[in-house]
Amino acid sequence: MSQLLSYSLLAAQLLLGLAIGCGAFRILAGPRAQDRVLGFDTVSVNAMLLLLTFGIRSGEALYFEAALAVALFGFVGTVAFAKFLLRGEVIE
Amino acid sequence: MTRLLPFPIVSFCLLALWLLLNQAVTVGHILLGCLLALAGGWLLTVLELPSTRLRRPGVMLRLLGLVAIDIVRSNLAVGRIVFGFGRQEWTSGFVNIPLDMRNPYGLGALACIITSTPGTLWVKFDAQKGSLMIHVLDLVDEGEWIRMIKGRYERHLLEIFE
Amino acid sequence: MNGIEHLPPWAAALTAILVLLGASVTLVGSLGLLRLGSFYERVHAPTLGTTLGTVFIASASMVCFSVLESRPVLHEILIMALGLVTTPIALTVLVGAARFRDTAERRAQVGEAEDG
Repeated sequence: MSQLLSYSLLAAQLLLGLAIGCGAFRILAGPRAQDRVLGFDTVSVNAMLLLLTFGIRSGEALYFEAALAVALFGFVGTVAFAKFLLRGEVIE
Repeated sequence: MTRLLPFPIVSFCLLALWLLLNQAVTVGHILLGCLLALAGGWLLTVLELPSTRLRRPGVMLRLLGLVAIDIVRSNLAVGRIVFGFGRQEWTSGFVNIPLDMRNPYGLGALACIITSTPGTLWVKFDAQKGSLMIHVLDLVDEGEWIRMIKGRYERHLLEIFE
Repeated sequence: MNGIEHLPPWAAALTAILVLLGASVTLVGSLGLLRLGSFYERVHAPTLGTTLGTVFIASASMVCFSVLESRPVLHEILIMALGLVTTPIALTVLVGAARFRDTAERRAQVGEAEDG
């Protein structure tokens, strides 16, 4: 049964990796700055979930703290980027 | 009560956060957590936030249940749209909703509920006219969304906050 | 790999199902980021991952560690609560910025048209 669990953890990590890829595509492709910020937000949330699955896989609780930190930095980063866009000085 | 604990809910959440982070309910951690909770409450008074009272815990629980059901349901709906099952065409658009809610905390809670439900998005609240603009991914009938937001969420929030 | 082989079968199966569900929901949300047409439609997409995706994967972690350490491990609740509270704030601020930029751009275009 644990074999099944490790396979499904691998599958979940692949899916989450693809999800990060989608977010990265949005960061690279734009088309506008707000799309890139949205991509960044998605990438940070997905990276947080990926860290949680790594935590389950290795059985170490340390990954939880990393996930918490990534989630917090993602939130702060998104709000900071959005506030930067709000200043209106970076209109493309 | 007000001098010692200006924001009892925030202080309680800080204590819970401390205990959860340390994963231990020992006397030492409870004492440290209480210190953190008290300090956090006192620091918040510097911001001079308007005070409010939460009422009707029963209504709160029911609202939480409703929101959980809606989140699951709209997750499925948005997933269907992303994959293009069913209809190929959908229209998204903005809906203006007249609100009776004026309490800032109530509006904040409503914003969290609306935005964290996939498919609806809080855009702007005009405090003078009291009208809220939301963006809906799958917009079929404006009136239905207005009835849903007002009847399902705002009514409960009004009971809780005012 | 230390730990998950000691899980009893029911916990392993439950963790596997929850992890797979959460990852697929998150992937669907992120695919929406590619497939939806306009910015305001795309903002709806990541909320799938931050609501159900986070809840599923955090519950999987909770089940796994609680069974492994034979005591309730609840600190994943923090990640759920954090995700549910912070994402709407970030997205609302972002949408406000996007609307501001849209109106500023439109005003600039109108101004240019009047000048020309």
